[in-house]
Amino acid sequence: MSLISTLARLEAVSTGRAQPAATVRHRHLSDRPLVFVPLTTAGEAGAPLGALVGTDRDAPRLLAVPQPRDRDLRFAFLAELADVVLPYVDGCAEAVEAAERTETDPETGKRIKVEVDLCADAPQLIVPSRAGIDLVRLLGRSTRFRRTAEQDPQAPYPAPPRVPLLGRWLTHFGERARVPGSSLLLAMTDVLGRHWATGQSTLEDQHLGALLAWIDPPEGETGAQAALRAELERDERGQLRCPPAGPATDPAFDNKLLAPAIERYDRARTALAAAEDGLQADDRLGALTAAEREIRDLVLSRTRPTWDAVWRGLDRLRELPEGAHVEERWTRDRWSFTGHRDRVLAGEPPQPRRDDAVTAANKLATREREQARLEAQEALDDPLVMAGRRLSGEAFAGEVTDVVMAYSESKRPSPRPLVTVRTDDRPHLGERTKVYRSLGGKPQSAEFVTAEEDGAYVVLRILDKMGRGKEPEPGSVPEKGDRVCFTLFEHEQRGGAKLPDPEETPWTHGGPPGEPALEAADPVTEEDVL
Amino acid sequence: MTTVFDPSAAAGQATDAILHDTLHGTARGVVVDSPPGAGKSTLVVRAALELAEAGHPLMVVAQTNAQVDDLVLRLAEKNPELPVGRLHSSDTDPYDKALDDLENVRKSAKAADLAGLAVVLSTAAKWAHVKVDEPWRHAIVDEAYQMRSDALLAVAGLFERALFVGDPGQLDPFAIVGSEQWAGLAYDPSASAVTTLLAHNPDLPQHRLPVSWRLPASAAPLVSDAFYPYTPFRSGTGPGDRGLSFAVPSDGSGPDRVIDEAAASGWGLLELPARHTPRTDPEAVRAVAAVVRRLLDRGGAATSERSSSPSPLTADRVAVGTAHRDQAAAVRAALSALGVTDVVVDTANRLQGREYDVTVVLHPLSGRPDATAFHLETGRLCVLASRHRHACIVVCRAGVSDLLDDYPSTEPVQLGTVVKFPDGWEANHAVLAHLAEHRISWRP
Repeated sequence: MSLISTLARLEAVSTGRAQPAATVRHRHLSDRPLVFVPLTTAGEAGAPLGALVGTDRDAPRLLAVPQPRDRDLRFAFLAELADVVLPYVDGCAEAVEAAERTETDPETGKRIKVEVDLCADAPQLIVPSRAGIDLVRLLGRSTRFRRTAEQDPQAPYPAPPRVPLLGRWLTHFGERARVPGSSLLLAMTDVLGRHWATGQSTLEDQHLGALLAWIDPPEGETGAQAALRAELERDERGQLRCPPAGPATDPAFDNKLLAPAIERYDRARTALAAAEDGLQADDRLGALTAAEREIRDLVLSRTRPTWDAVWRGLDRLRELPEGAHVEERWTRDRWSFTGHRDRVLAGEPPQPRRDDAVTAANKLATREREQARLEAQEALDDPLVMAGRRLSGEAFAGEVTDVVMAYSESKRPSPRPLVTVRTDDRPHLGERTKVYRSLGGKPQSAEFVTAEEDGAYVVLRILDKMGRGKEPEPGSVPEKGDRVCFTLFEHEQRGGAKLPDPEETPWTHGGPPGEPALEAADPVTEEDVL
Repeated sequence: MTTVFDPSAAAGQATDAILHDTLHGTARGVVVDSPPGAGKSTLVVRAALELAEAGHPLMVVAQTNAQVDDLVLRLAEKNPELPVGRLHSSDTDPYDKALDDLENVRKSAKAADLAGLAVVLSTAAKWAHVKVDEPWRHAIVDEAYQMRSDALLAVAGLFERALFVGDPGQLDPFAIVGSEQWAGLAYDPSASAVTTLLAHNPDLPQHRLPVSWRLPASAAPLVSDAFYPYTPFRSGTGPGDRGLSFAVPSDGSGPDRVIDEAAASGWGLLELPARHTPRTDPEAVRAVAAVVRRLLDRGGAATSERSSSPSPLTADRVAVGTAHRDQAAAVRAALSALGVTDVVVDTANRLQGREYDVTVVLHPLSGRPDATAFHLETGRLCVLASRHRHACIVVCRAGVSDLLDDYPSTEPVQLGTVVKFPDGWEANHAVLAHLAEHRISWRP
């Protein structure tokens, strides 16, 4: 944890309120995000119990699985989820704008510009917490290889038609969420935690209710008190007043309310199956419907508070102005979305279970580049983030006290002015350390020459962005009295080297992976058909 | 009959076997594990020269520009006639200026300019941008354990066969983003190049260098036991071959007493009172600076097998190692307040591969309330404890062994990954147990 975030947390403890950790919003928020509040059943990995999902905060769609171990009901849930998610995704894919992309011409091997479609918007999925992102991934993994009756008439348990496609999209959302700074799939606790520092640990920040209690404590209460209440307060039936954001549920809820309700549902179902005549069946169907409604009400009662909390979090985040580089990062999300849309349309198979060596290395390289880019952009967009970097010696700000013109010692001397900056910061500058400042959105580099008066004055040599002439272009060199901020980290990331194509994976990495085999879904075991 | 261990003969045998496999073997790769100071660079230079003499065009991959420049200088020193190419980046000052004085070293940012030279050297990052029609017959990959698997993936297409040399005990490569997704895959891009190489080619011949020429007889057994329990090595020198003495006698202070202890035994632990502190613990930082100041003030002289007369312990023969960059910066500031400016102060990552007479180490766990994976990493402690030819002085708060017992490692177990032994917990305990015998408690 950086020094400034420690200080912010201490301040939050002493003031009783979360402290801002950012002055602008560093993540894109869609005008129409799809909020997804899922619940799972205890004891089985990824068995959905229900969910609230939708784009309208006043009209969420409730999905529930009255018997979570029943595979047919689970498929029905996934089919219903697909009916909400896929139209939303398709809606974003409709409007496109023309864009250019550089591609390698397969014939000449040259880099050429190609005109392609770029979706004008992209879907945005918001879940309450990080565990929700894991569930999205898990649902994607468990459904994208399923076969529908149409794809494989012999499949013993065919999936409903759109479920494998849902799995591919959820997988894409889950993978994209691993890219630093991306906003296709966001966890509300992560985004709020990025923008506010609370007086509790980052682990406790995973509790959406407690996190919001620190950010927005009710009148007359401190954040700590409100957070404690959110975590612990129970009603007269022993149930948490602020249910956990899930997908896991509170054991007291499981034992006291959910388990009996599911048992009633099971009994009603068995009774219906045993009905001997139509009249009896009618009665028992009524009982079954009532038992099902009871479970739906239970699911709603546990998800609705979280649903409202997610929207409250969105309200707070929307109050912050968007950071200057957020749009650029969202454009990359749109590219990622467009790319996957095209792969789906082209009939490509679902994402493989495991990445091959080249894909894994490419993904890691991209994510490392995005991480470095994100850290630089957040600091440039936000003085509070930059303050943290200054405090840790990675940047410094100050006033220009002197500018001396100097020239490089080459045949055609170019300007290399020496700029003295008075600063109270203590950057970790070494001999000829490169530093950068933002000049009209582009980085201008300088090198450290010397420090005077115990580091209070830093002398820099400006190296570039001064034009081609002997005299620097106006405005390209700081002037006496200017406020400047230099960073020790680079503002832009260089692209890495191109890796070989997967077919040319070298012997050190196991050689080419061979023809991609069509992957089958996990085999059905006895436990699957309880 | 007892056989006397002859370090030169043992090292010579190992080198011969390595060179034989490299020049005449049939395997596509040869892996050499080298403990600290075992003559890895010497081996690389010798292998390069022999391959070049045999008429095999050779590419050499190192990890940093400093390592590449160092190899070029060593090659030119051994054989000034050899045409050598230094492929460099197009940044400003891409290589050491000393290379400009070497007649047969051609430098270029384009690989095509260097075609046909006997040996071409560059960093892995630069090689990754090179495209060739026909791969090199031979390559040498230096510091292969510090190279990431994805970096090897980018360059492996450039050569047919390669000699991989490195130290498995030093810091593992790392990624700045999570890579759990690929843990357990043979080609996990964040793993070390050698891990991936051996996972896919388990039958490659593997050698190790058995003798450390850097570490003194007092240090080799501890470093070998603590960090290389299954691949032990010996020191090249015996107990009486090295000595450290000081002209100015001790003034009885903590720093002086720990210096004398380290001079006599090779190890010294300056233990400050137990306390939880910020990373840049001002007391510990001042203690480190005080020890360095006294080391230089007391007229130290180092005797070793290298020369018959003692050589003075000057500032360039002393280094300070820390875990974090801000700690290094704090120590530098404290040193310059004491008027010391030319002692190297750096993190474990940057001290890798370097060698000094005496090192002063700020223990990675000193004053910490918790033991994270970063601070427990075996390689970090190993680097810090194996940079010296004569003595190593560790500055640490009391209570680290309790801290280790309070925080057993809790990293999640990943299926399919090779568990690394010894773990940081075990290695830290082994080192602390040994240091306890050389403890000087001091309240500044």
